[in-house]
Amino acid sequence: MRALCWHGTQDIRCDTVPDPKLEHPRDAIIKVTSCAICGSDLHLYDNFMPGMERGDVMGHETMGIVEEVGSEVTNLKRGDRVVIPFTIICGECDQCRRGNFSVCERSNRNKSLADKVFGHTTAGLFGYTHLTGGYPGGQAEYLRVPFADKTHIKVPQGLSDAQLLFLSDIFPTGWQAAVQCDIQPTDTVAIWGCGPVGQMTIRSALLLGAKQVIAIDTVPERLAMAQAGGATTIDFMAESVVERLNEMTGGKGPEKCIDCVGLEAHATATLDSMYDRAKQAVMLETDRPHVLREMMYVCRPAGTLSIPGVYGGLLDKVPFGMAMNKGLTMRMGQTHVNRWTDDLLRRIEAGQIDPSFVITHTVPLERGPEMYKTFRDKKDGCIKVVLKP
Amino acid sequence: MASGLGWFSIGLGLVELLAPQAVSRVLGLRGQERLVAAYGAREVATGVGLLLSRDPEPWLWGRVAGDALDLGTLATALDRQSDRREEAGLAMLAVLGVTALDLASAWSHASRRRGRAAARRRLPDYARRSGLPASPEKMRGAARDFVVPEDFRTPAALRAWGVANEVA
Repeated sequence: MRALCWHGTQDIRCDTVPDPKLEHPRDAIIKVTSCAICGSDLHLYDNFMPGMERGDVMGHETMGIVEEVGSEVTNLKRGDRVVIPFTIICGECDQCRRGNFSVCERSNRNKSLADKVFGHTTAGLFGYTHLTGGYPGGQAEYLRVPFADKTHIKVPQGLSDAQLLFLSDIFPTGWQAAVQCDIQPTDTVAIWGCGPVGQMTIRSALLLGAKQVIAIDTVPERLAMAQAGGATTIDFMAESVVERLNEMTGGKGPEKCIDCVGLEAHATATLDSMYDRAKQAVMLETDRPHVLREMMYVCRPAGTLSIPGVYGGLLDKVPFGMAMNKGLTMRMGQTHVNRWTDDLLRRIEAGQIDPSFVITHTVPLERGPEMYKTFRDKKDGCIKVVLKP
Repeated sequence: MASGLGWFSIGLGLVELLAPQAVSRVLGLRGQERLVAAYGAREVATGVGLLLSRDPEPWLWGRVAGDALDLGTLATALDRQSDRREEAGLAMLAVLGVTALDLASAWSHASRRRGRAAARRRLPDYARRSGLPASPEKMRGAARDFVVPEDFRTPAALRAWGVANEVA
């Protein structure tokens, strides 16, 4: 089959690789009908996440048709239409029973490695380093889904792939980011980053009833899309984020701050990011946590920081004393996708939201390598790329 | 070319920073060692900026401004009494050559930036891509029926106790 494979820094290729096979009675094989490039795939593309190996198949936003199921998968059959969540879940361990699916204790087949690096393992993820299991991803013609009886979202026929695909990651991720803030009708929610997750977070915060949603970015088309979703925007290259946020909140700062940027904050927009970039270049730091610093500084005391943005490792000069003294609550983590998808699917079916608004490019799988670059460089108005195998 | 100029900038800067006496002596700028060291620090900073930045244009214009400073300073060594007039003149010629490279590179980046800006103006308009069936104002709070799970709520100790328990 054809698949997008990682070959090194900024080197993704469309290769021919062996078709996946059932390896366990709980597996299923999916014929992929749509998949997408996620912002967190760019951290792999730029090689900021450790644990990738040459030839690894990329991708964790996938949907398709069930082709084959293992003997223990009784709730799926050939021909079922499914969206595959990016977190692989067993559904039986202590964390899964609590609904903490992104930290499933059993689905990471490289658990001992993750235990050493993280202290305790997190869930296995599709196409996202060997630290999270080294599972082949879904930017391919076929995908093997481990623990398939739990790791799926069955979806109806009446809706398009474009409307449903983002149940796999960015829609529940934006939703969880907003839910983590426990939004009250009096809240101002500030959201850093208007990429795909930022766009979903903006709409989630609005639907959950935030009084004011403020979105921060510098890319004009992303700011335009954020405004379309009801956000007031701040262009961080043109104005002071802290001053504007304070102006818009009567000098008190936003109650809720959401980081949809993560480890690759704009490298030259601020002095602290330039410092981080220099340290990254000599391997003294892994991430550029400018947004975390800014959120801690500007958030209203007793406020909440929600962090769906991906961080990879070791961060420097994070003003934790500031966060402690202001009594900030911090919520973060990969998304517990299946915890939210029943509710979100119902909202899509009811027409409350149509997540396909974020798609700017739909291309054949073979054009994936060039689209990684286009997406990374934010060229050609690119906000979200869907690939069709 | 920008990264080449970046490495050149760091190299020259380190020489000025680490051996300001020697540089000042050769160029007939005795007594200006601190100024030469400061110029070295400027060169190193500009070089690092050029190498690390995705958009080198501001750093290239910074180099052009630095070249002007260098030329002005070297001009003071062209005094008839100076025994290093010839060296200072040669150094000015070299700086003029580098200035030409800096200007060419900065102009080239500016022209590409204008091209990108023009392309951006031709981009599709996303101002109507809300994903919502009605205006954002009408949709505000449409999902208030969602019950935030207890483990995702703000910890009880941090909820607005003062509001919920008004004290007279």
